[in-house]
Amino acid sequence: MAKRDSTTTDLELKRTEEPSELLRELVAHLRQNRTQLREEWVVRISETRLLTAMTKEEIFAEATSVYDSYVEALETEAFEALQAYARNLSERIIPRGVETHEVVGIVLLLRDVLARSLFAKYQNDFKKLNRILDAYEPAANRIANTVAVGFVQERERVIRQQQEAIRELSTPVLQVRERLLILPIIGVIDPQRARQLTEQLLRGIRTNRAKVVVIDITGVAAMDVTVANHLVQTVEASRLLGATVIVTGLSPEIAQTLVTIGVDLGKMNTVGDLQGGIEQAERLLGYKVASIVEPN
Amino acid sequence: MEVPILKQGAFLIATFQAALSDADLNHLRMGLVQQVVKFRSRAVIVDVTAMDVMDSFASRTLREIAHMIRLRGAETVIVGIQPEVAFAMVQLGLTLEGVATALDLEEGLAYLNEKFKVTN
Repeated sequence: MAKRDSTTTDLELKRTEEPSELLRELVAHLRQNRTQLREEWVVRISETRLLTAMTKEEIFAEATSVYDSYVEALETEAFEALQAYARNLSERIIPRGVETHEVVGIVLLLRDVLARSLFAKYQNDFKKLNRILDAYEPAANRIANTVAVGFVQERERVIRQQQEAIRELSTPVLQVRERLLILPIIGVIDPQRARQLTEQLLRGIRTNRAKVVVIDITGVAAMDVTVANHLVQTVEASRLLGATVIVTGLSPEIAQTLVTIGVDLGKMNTVGDLQGGIEQAERLLGYKVASIVEPN
Repeated sequence: MEVPILKQGAFLIATFQAALSDADLNHLRMGLVQQVVKFRSRAVIVDVTAMDVMDSFASRTLREIAHMIRLRGAETVIVGIQPEVAFAMVQLGLTLEGVATALDLEEGLAYLNEKFKVTN
């Protein structure tokens, strides 16, 4: 990096044209040779076997718009439009299994194709070529960066979305005995998940004709006032369906929250751990569990 | 639309229909409170399965029915509250404290049979 800087300072002394002027010249060149360069780029893409998930026509169509936004970003040095386009493109191609290396690969290919054409154009004027490249390279690198970051961000968004979907699936309502359900809650409860839990539980009570429900919150480290209130409402709503709720595994922090918000403990049936909760539920339902083997 | 009140052994059963006006509810309340003594019933089951929306007036009437029936010497069980309705009621603060609830008519009858078998 330091080495390069010293050469550019040398060149700067001899610089006669403004960088913006060079950039304009560069952009004019790229516009003029648009068809040819674009085609060359597409050929290079298929040669290197990138974007195999897409058809030739699709690649060509995307290449055209990428080329145009690329040249535009070079010209205006405004990267917002390109960023938006990159995000939009990623949104379309990620579901088709396009990988990060492919996207970065095609942008770098375009950068190389354009650089080659600049070499060809200015091969007789080495100093000018150097100055043109000085103007071109930083902008081109920034574009490559922008597109890659846009793609990765989009991927991360998809991952976040999937995490949400997993979270939705991770609240099972399980029947352990006739008329006895358990609802083990693990992880962080936000208001949205709390609402979902309630819906699933109430529906579960109806479909399983449950009389007793054990909600185990051992795996929940803390809950805020809203969620705690929601839990109390769930207990009351379950009672309206004729089911008794036993809450087990309250952590000290949650106990503190419940006391702070002044929960009426008469309505809440709480037992220390899941085993105790199930035992109490069995008593309520009239089950008696006995060992069939004589204890030694 | 008037709500029919059925006599089933020692119990009275009233089934709510989907759309009941406030006047219908008042009528039902008076009917139940009168008949519970007339038939010497031990309990009243109010079935609200058909109600997919429960407004505050209907909830309040249910609670009033339960309390009035108790004063008349019998018990009330509300059965068939829909899950969505249950949660909406709780959010409105209508929790029907002190009123027995059951999943459906069958459960309500089972609950009452169990209860009165013991006291008999």
